[in-house]
Amino acid sequence: MSAPETPQPTAAAAEGAQPQSGPRRMVLNMGPQHPSTHGVLRLVLDLDGETIVHCQLDIGYLHTGIEKEFEVKLYQQAVPLTDRVDYLAPLSMNLGYCLAVEKLLGLEIPPQAQWMRVMLTELTRLNSHLVWLGTHALDIGAMSVFLYCFREREDILRIFEMFSGQRMMTSYFRIGGLALEPPRGWHERVKKFIDVFPSRIDEYEDLLTSNGIWIGRTQGVGVMALEDMLDLGVTGPMLRAAGLKIDARKDEPYSSYEKFDFEVPTRTESDVYARYQVRMEEMRQSVRIVRQAMDGMPSGPWKAEDQHVVLPDREKMKTQMEALIYHFKIVTEGFRVPEGEVYQAIESPRGELGFYVVSDGTAKPYRVHMRTPSFGNLQGVPKMVEGSLLANVIASIGSMDFVLGDTDR
Amino acid sequence: MLPDNLREHPVAAAVEAFDADAVSAGKYDRKELTLETPPAKLVSVCGFLKYDRKFVRLSTVTAVDRYPAEPRFEVVYHLHAIEPHQRLRLKCRLRGEDPVIESVTSVWRSADWYEREVFDLFGIQFVNHPDLRRILLPDDWEGHPLRKDYPVTGTRV
Repeated sequence: MSAPETPQPTAAAAEGAQPQSGPRRMVLNMGPQHPSTHGVLRLVLDLDGETIVHCQLDIGYLHTGIEKEFEVKLYQQAVPLTDRVDYLAPLSMNLGYCLAVEKLLGLEIPPQAQWMRVMLTELTRLNSHLVWLGTHALDIGAMSVFLYCFREREDILRIFEMFSGQRMMTSYFRIGGLALEPPRGWHERVKKFIDVFPSRIDEYEDLLTSNGIWIGRTQGVGVMALEDMLDLGVTGPMLRAAGLKIDARKDEPYSSYEKFDFEVPTRTESDVYARYQVRMEEMRQSVRIVRQAMDGMPSGPWKAEDQHVVLPDREKMKTQMEALIYHFKIVTEGFRVPEGEVYQAIESPRGELGFYVVSDGTAKPYRVHMRTPSFGNLQGVPKMVEGSLLANVIASIGSMDFVLGDTDR
Repeated sequence: MLPDNLREHPVAAAVEAFDADAVSAGKYDRKELTLETPPAKLVSVCGFLKYDRKFVRLSTVTAVDRYPAEPRFEVVYHLHAIEPHQRLRLKCRLRGEDPVIESVTSVWRSADWYEREVFDLFGIQFVNHPDLRRILLPDDWEGHPLRKDYPVTGTRV
């Protein structure tokens, strides 16, 4: 496709002004209510015929001031807030926040809790990738994939429900370990799912990988150079599909990821199809990790031995005065976190999720900033779609796998 | 001045060698390096870190309000080098009245939205930013919610 020859429009075009000239020029508002934006995102497209000359994004429709709310909650009360940021990967959000606060506290987490966290965040990755695959394929026109993906997602949500009592807003990781003891029978339940799931991935691949329409809509579409992506703050599978082997689970292992054997898949084409291939392979790798975690799960305590931070067991509370007092103190006053600041990055299904937590020595965080992957990735959209056809916008933004709650916080 | 305990740290020492006035303070705490730089030196230090020390990624830009202490604002930059893997926190302190700082969009384009967010939520101005508008809140919003003197709840009267 040849580059458009018309001059670049100014920001005024976004405010509803007439396009600069020519009968072929028009400004098109995509969103905020548009099924393919996966939330409330507004794209202001300046078109020349069907070619996008200029693209501007308008975000903030889901802004809820969560970072402000952190400042008035006790540290442990803030865990449920994190679920609501990236609602497709709540356990990754829980993990990032808990790791950051534990780093401030200098708290040692017992091996079983660490492995359980790894297993559940990998299931979260599967859950998130399934929603991405289903909706992305639906956008491009493959409807049955969506139904298949949501069938398997249901199994994962039931596993989450078994662990935490919640399907989506799990809040299962707490500062110091897990919220509840892993339920009886979890091993069989997870095993049942993980034994079947690889064949399901084959099923999706049968439908898509060599499907002519899928290839036609995705290969060579949404191409972006690695340098541009690094410069624009894009992370995660997007970078890996451009050939960069970057993964926080390998580069700066947390929660004992260094003990697991898995590959970081990469491709070099950096188009929508390559991102699809990377995420499909990531699902297979996540299955590997879940299986290792499940089979090698260490025994022992599932929460840290720090009575100032971690709530005591129910039996202890009923039999020991001291435990009751600590329970009362934690619930009513919280616990003091030593002064300092940390930045904890983890690999969420979408890319680099960072928690910057500043403590002033009290029981409430002084400041929490979330470096969410969707916010960074969305900055790359104009670069990706400018010069391409309007119909490719859907495929391109679908390949980014963003969540607007994660963007707007 | 670079604290003595940081002289051994390669990145801190390199910044000090690049410009002796570029580091006003620093610490190595919980395995994380933090360097403070005077606002006037920010862009040159960032350029040095990106092109000479391979901090090709700017992970995020944010701010901390230390109200009522002065200097009130800390603008915090999290940098990331991929090969070898390294992270660095860069900080600038700004006084409370009329906080202004140079934009780093000329070094990393990703600073664009992050600086808009800091402008939106903290009211810090970024000079030479290509498009400094509110990003998360509506354009006619009054005040900057992440400032400590902005209430969490209440009714406007």
